[in-house]
Amino acid sequence: MFLTISTTGSAQRPATDLGFLLHKHPEKAQAFSTSYGTAHVLYPEADAERCTAALLLEVDAVALVRRSKGKGRGGAPDAALAQYVNDRPYAASSLLAVALGSVFSTAMRGVCAARPELPGVPLPLRVEVPALPARGGAALVRRLFEPLGWEVTAEPVPLDTEFPDWGDSRHIRLTLRSTALTLAEALRHLYVLLPVLDDAKHYWVAPDEVDKLLRVGDGWLAGHPERELITRRYLSHRWSLTRRAQERLELVRLAEADDSEVEDLDNAVEPETEDEEKPTPLGVQRREAILAVLRASGAARVLDLGCGQGQLVQALLKEPAFTEIVGVDVSMRALTIASRRLKLDRMGERQASRVTLLQGSLAYTDKRLKGYDAAVLCEVIEHLDLPRLPALEYAVFGSARPRTVCVTTPNVEYNVRWESLPAGKVRHGDHRFEWTREEFRDWARTVAERHRYEVEFLPVGPDDPEVGPPTQMAVFRLDTPKPGTTNSVTSKPVTPKEAKAA
Amino acid sequence: MTTTDTTAAARGRALPVTDLSLVVLIGASGSGKSTFARRHFKPTEVISSDFCRGLVADDENDQSASRDAFDVLHYIAGKRLAAGRRTVVDATSVQQEARRQLIDLARQHDVLPIAIVLDVPEQVCAERNAARTDRAGMPRRVLQRHTRELRRSLRHLEREGFRKVHVLRGVEEVEHATVVTEKRFNDLTHLTGPFDIVGDVHGCASELEALLGKLGYVDGVHPEGRTAVFVGDLVDRGPDSPGVLRRVMAMVKSGNALCVPGNHENKFGRHLKGRKVQHTHGLAETIAQMEGESEEFRAEVREFVEGLVSHYVLDGGKLVVCHAGLPEKYHGRTSGRVRSHALYGDTTGETDEFGLPVRYPWAEDYRGRAAVVYGHTPVPEATWLNNTICLDTGAVFGGKLTALRWPERELVDVPAERVWYEPVRPLRTEAPGGHEGRPLDLADVHGRRVVETRHMGRVGVREENAAAALEVMSRFALDPRLLPYLPPTMAPTATSQRDGYLEHPEEAFARYAQDGVARVVCEEKHMGSRAVALVCRDASVAVRRFGAAGGETGSLYTRTGRPFFDDAEMTEEVLGRLRTAVTEAGLWEELATDWLLLDAELMPWSLKASGLLRSQYAAVGAAAGAVFPSALAALEGAAARGVDVGELLTRQRERAGAAAGFTDAYRRYCWTTDGLDGVRLAPFQILAVQGRSLAALPHDRQLALIDRMVEHDATGLLRTTRRLFVDTADPESVRAGVDWWLEMTGRGGEGMVVKPVDALARDGAGRLVQPGIKCRGREYLRIVYGPEYTRPENLARLRSRFLGHKQSLALREYALGLEALDRLADGEPLWRVHEPVFAVLALESEPVDPRL
Repeated sequence: MFLTISTTGSAQRPATDLGFLLHKHPEKAQAFSTSYGTAHVLYPEADAERCTAALLLEVDAVALVRRSKGKGRGGAPDAALAQYVNDRPYAASSLLAVALGSVFSTAMRGVCAARPELPGVPLPLRVEVPALPARGGAALVRRLFEPLGWEVTAEPVPLDTEFPDWGDSRHIRLTLRSTALTLAEALRHLYVLLPVLDDAKHYWVAPDEVDKLLRVGDGWLAGHPERELITRRYLSHRWSLTRRAQERLELVRLAEADDSEVEDLDNAVEPETEDEEKPTPLGVQRREAILAVLRASGAARVLDLGCGQGQLVQALLKEPAFTEIVGVDVSMRALTIASRRLKLDRMGERQASRVTLLQGSLAYTDKRLKGYDAAVLCEVIEHLDLPRLPALEYAVFGSARPRTVCVTTPNVEYNVRWESLPAGKVRHGDHRFEWTREEFRDWARTVAERHRYEVEFLPVGPDDPEVGPPTQMAVFRLDTPKPGTTNSVTSKPVTPKEAKAA
Repeated sequence: MTTTDTTAAARGRALPVTDLSLVVLIGASGSGKSTFARRHFKPTEVISSDFCRGLVADDENDQSASRDAFDVLHYIAGKRLAAGRRTVVDATSVQQEARRQLIDLARQHDVLPIAIVLDVPEQVCAERNAARTDRAGMPRRVLQRHTRELRRSLRHLEREGFRKVHVLRGVEEVEHATVVTEKRFNDLTHLTGPFDIVGDVHGCASELEALLGKLGYVDGVHPEGRTAVFVGDLVDRGPDSPGVLRRVMAMVKSGNALCVPGNHENKFGRHLKGRKVQHTHGLAETIAQMEGESEEFRAEVREFVEGLVSHYVLDGGKLVVCHAGLPEKYHGRTSGRVRSHALYGDTTGETDEFGLPVRYPWAEDYRGRAAVVYGHTPVPEATWLNNTICLDTGAVFGGKLTALRWPERELVDVPAERVWYEPVRPLRTEAPGGHEGRPLDLADVHGRRVVETRHMGRVGVREENAAAALEVMSRFALDPRLLPYLPPTMAPTATSQRDGYLEHPEEAFARYAQDGVARVVCEEKHMGSRAVALVCRDASVAVRRFGAAGGETGSLYTRTGRPFFDDAEMTEEVLGRLRTAVTEAGLWEELATDWLLLDAELMPWSLKASGLLRSQYAAVGAAAGAVFPSALAALEGAAARGVDVGELLTRQRERAGAAAGFTDAYRRYCWTTDGLDGVRLAPFQILAVQGRSLAALPHDRQLALIDRMVEHDATGLLRTTRRLFVDTADPESVRAGVDWWLEMTGRGGEGMVVKPVDALARDGAGRLVQPGIKCRGREYLRIVYGPEYTRPENLARLRSRFLGHKQSLALREYALGLEALDRLADGEPLWRVHEPVFAVLALESEPVDPRL
């Protein structure tokens, strides 16, 4: 909400020329109303040697919240705006950039009717932004401003001096110095880079935003080494379908009820992976291994339990042998993304009739899942807290009871082979456990015995002689003894009718 | 089974018709079926094909619409039968194919198909049709065909599957016949017992006598008039099947007992009738024992077995007794498959390692309100599962003979004297519901639902809210067995119009006064996070009562059912300290319980909300702290130069002050903890104990109990809740309440909650009143409404907040919470307790202003 621009000068070239350049008189405090509050321009110092112009935006926080449409959070493009408690009234956000652009619009264009020679001349400039929200921290601030000819001082602001262990906030105290830039250039840099660093905007990005960026970025953006990041962030809040699908307000509210951050609950889909599918080599191997098992089992009707974003469902659809494919996930967001990935709404009737996506939970038995040939639990069990695993076991092996069940899970022994994985860390933030080969086999054998399945184990990925494969797979087959071959412990075979009477 | 031949025109014949049946009227067009139906049945019981033709084709006589019309007829009849309502089909039904479809329908819904034939001369029919304008054009050959087909049908009706066939010959007999409604044999809803239901005896005569003696029977008669009910399998395997039969048959005959057949009686009965059956599974022993018996006794046994009814519905429909268990849709129904399920149960089609069929776990799916008491499958202990209980505790295999007292629901047993018969497979050590006992089914929670609550009627849950709750419940919450309750949200007090205040206790007191609540208690609002604690006396109680599988002694969880601590040891440490306090205070004995459920606040807030504190609250404070010194310096510089900055400087100073106040406000909720050092728990209500919900226990008594716990906690974990009692009609007392709040919040306290002292209060109109109203402190609200909310222009706008939805939500969640506690206390099945708990979570995701 506050920044200052200072310059120095001499009797020949007085610093107060800044007033001409900005079109704001140094001896007056002026107020301009903007859509989110009042902007004030005033000069704490103004003489021939030094002149400082200050821009102070008084943000109307209540109006900001009220303006955001919809109840609860999420009505505004920037979710933080829907909260009365937010840093918008204090930090130099896109609100300040907009105020800058409108209060100093002429100066930004590099026009000065009274002194037309002034705008083209570089000045000794010093810009101070005491509270700049910067996603990416001081390092990114430097990467953005230094290539433009600024000397950058960026000090992180601590979260709370009473609680030093909380560390730094995302705010930076920024000072920029340059003697090679014109005022217009400086204003344009700030106009674009303040919201880029904030990485959130208070207004919906309209199509003309691209033109605006090209105009304001003229002459400096094209050659900027971080051009891509700047463009992406500046335009990012166009809220693609993906983002909208993410707006699971119900989960937002449940997180609020529990004083948690929504990311703690709504994390079934990793934000990085949801836009573009970047199949890891291991992911592909896993899918191939599962497909091989399913083909060999002769299954036609297949459940993908914990289908996530539907990659496996998509692969299954490509093989006509699978006549009915049901993807089940507990996360509505994952299902929405899966549905979009599969283009279910545009799929031909015949194809569409082969696939169903359902919200379901393996913590409960589910009659809809009974009677299938095969079920896949690909990287699913490790996302459950161990005490709740028995419920899944029963729901799958006891209740749904498909003829073949294919379960994959990470082999924790292999983690030492991942160079990027720190020792003792799990591979994914939501993994509640990762098992050794022995632990997995013990579990699988117990489950198989309890529910009368036979189980075999297959490696997925390179089978390291020492630590085994990165992914371990168990294939359970329903153990239905053929008549007459029962290895019954009774002395004589029991006929079904007899047995019924027992 | 009854064919009444009526060649002799008996006047005023009475036709017995079962109360739940599909009655098929058979007769040619014009034979008087509709008139007959109108005369003897309720209009809504009768569906006519003509009516259905009208529905689909706008013309009751459009024969081309017959196919669609019968689809509609079958559909309506099916819905009625599924709902257990007698249905009369008024169509000619002279063709066998038409009748076959109706018989299939009856079988599908397990009701008796009954035929009533109206055999009226063709000439009479023709005359009647001629008199009707809409049928005048009907060709005579149609009637001739009807009559021909009817004649051909008459002999086969029973073989086709009709269980009763009444043939009325001639106009006279049709005119004078009356219909007499009969009850089903299995319908003994008028008997209310009390009952003693006895499990599988299998010839253990001595154990049976011992058990009857223990139950208080003297020679087969109970002095208090109780009725014994035997679940079948009286015979086979054991030492004295004839002795058991003699006792039971005598008791049934004298009206002191009821008995349903088991599969062993069934097989034995077939043997007695001379059918060839294999003498396996202990039948050989019975046959040998019967050798010494008289032919007369054998005949009596044969008759007894033959007369046994597959299952009984007793005690107003609250109790169903059968041998092998029965799903709800078969209760009170009559069909071959109902009998077969009642006798044998259902199997999955698989066989186990002993070659025996795997039984289908029907009780897991059971969601009926009637208790089903059965036997058939030997289990080590009789345990309730979804309101069903198996009483076969393997007496003949050396287990015990068990009886259930109804309606007391008490188990009484006697041990077997010895192993009388070696079992083929060991007694299953597991309850019938799989090794974890009681799986929940998705259908109990998923989608749009309505939960019946005893305090507020029906509470609805929308689909999108259930979907969100499913995600949180599945991915983050505790095992539902250890999550028997979730706390409701609480509405704030009505908005205050006082200068500088958004909330003030005056409105809360006034509200309760208006609702007719005289005494309220103001409870200090603790500055922490809501926590619910389930505390068991020891791990074995947790296993026995809650089915805890991991050695835990209870649970400690948040408002959304997540474990409060990631570290299970920390949870156990808290539970241990609570347990010690409860023990020292003598509350186990006083409350006659070995577990209790506590509502509490856990501090500091920063313990759980540190993420939120850092990313949201501290960040705002940090930005404000960084920006104001520079901004103020700039303004002061300009002012010093003589620039007129007007009120801008003053205002920025005020804003800086407000921001500092905000930082102070949240800092009070933060302190550093190490393990449990620094952690505080303030219980404020005991929600439930064994057999009792304490939700209605007045808050003064609640707090007195909790004070004793706090006193007896030597570890410093427990904190008391400060309170003040206020009389809402006494201005003096109200003022004291306001002062108390001002003093407390003035020192930085969060505020207080005002509750009716007599919990579970209702207003004059009988509606539930808010169980509590929160009045939050002026400084605390900076955390909610922003640092500068107290500025007059902000307050003016914030006052237009809408409380209606929040208040409604608070009440609905309260009613659901009460329901969960009642169901828990009544020992209802897990799915019944889970249903309202899940609904509370779902409701928490409803759109409502999060600042309220």
